[in-house]
Amino acid sequence: MIEFKDFVFYALSFVLVASGLSVITSRNPVTAALSLVLAFFNAAGIWLLLQAEFLAIVLVLVYVGAVMVLFLFVVMMLDINLDKLREGFWDYLPMAGFIGLLMMVEMVLVFKTKEFNLSPVDDSLKSISNTEVIGNTLYSTYVLPFELASVVLLIAIVSAIALTLRDRKDSKKINSSDQINIKRQDRVRLVAMKSEEKYVKSKTKDRK
Amino acid sequence: MIGLSHYLILAAILFTISVVGIFLNRKNIIILLMSIELMLLAVNINFIAFSYYLNDIAGQIFVFFILTIAAAESAIGLAIIVLIFRNTRSINVDDLNRLSG
Repeated sequence: MIEFKDFVFYALSFVLVASGLSVITSRNPVTAALSLVLAFFNAAGIWLLLQAEFLAIVLVLVYVGAVMVLFLFVVMMLDINLDKLREGFWDYLPMAGFIGLLMMVEMVLVFKTKEFNLSPVDDSLKSISNTEVIGNTLYSTYVLPFELASVVLLIAIVSAIALTLRDRKDSKKINSSDQINIKRQDRVRLVAMKSEEKYVKSKTKDRK
Repeated sequence: MIGLSHYLILAAILFTISVVGIFLNRKNIIILLMSIELMLLAVNINFIAFSYYLNDIAGQIFVFFILTIAAAESAIGLAIIVLIFRNTRSINVDDLNRLSG
């Protein structure tokens, strides 16, 4: 007898694996990015099955909403020669398939042992919401790593802006430190000279 | 009944797919970054599965931090890709031999 939850698990994981395969084999990077969006979405569903509601929603909001849109931006902005980038795709396939198969078989052998055959613990957390539990733990035990994570994000913002910022050659911007450091004698020059009679006369005549 | 090993095997399959993706698309930096994101996702599935089956919230906290760091990493990575493209007009890994390493 297959339960409904099991059916949901198999459906989500099938789409997850299929979209993961599509990410690595698609010819067009835009297709790959959209497949990755599908993969993240299905992973969020699997996290919901594991009762990690907060992280599932964070995954959809942060990853699907922000990071993948950034990926799509960059992919669509760059004008890349796709055929050149696909060179050697089939040459590496036998080697990569062999190593991948070996890795997977080894990991499955480990995970099939009875140490990993756990059934879910009778959870006492069920009465409290998942977000509340995460919040309580995050702001008490893990408060220092939490603050450090904010510093990491700040560094990411600053470095991403600093890397991509460029000055336009034709912009008429002012260098403010040059402006502040200027001395009076750099700009103003007093010249001793005689006043010219004719000029003074004509000026006064004009005024009348 | 779905047990812990089902989730672990799913994450193992996803991790293997992304490792194979790094082998296959070794010319295209953008697909390489996407494979790394997929790899982190597989690791996160492991963390959350253990967190549920061992009834320990620490796994979910770690996933939270991994998500933070991965978002920062991809933002900086994409900025570097834009910079590379601006300088060399290509994102082929083979063209990035300026350091002559």
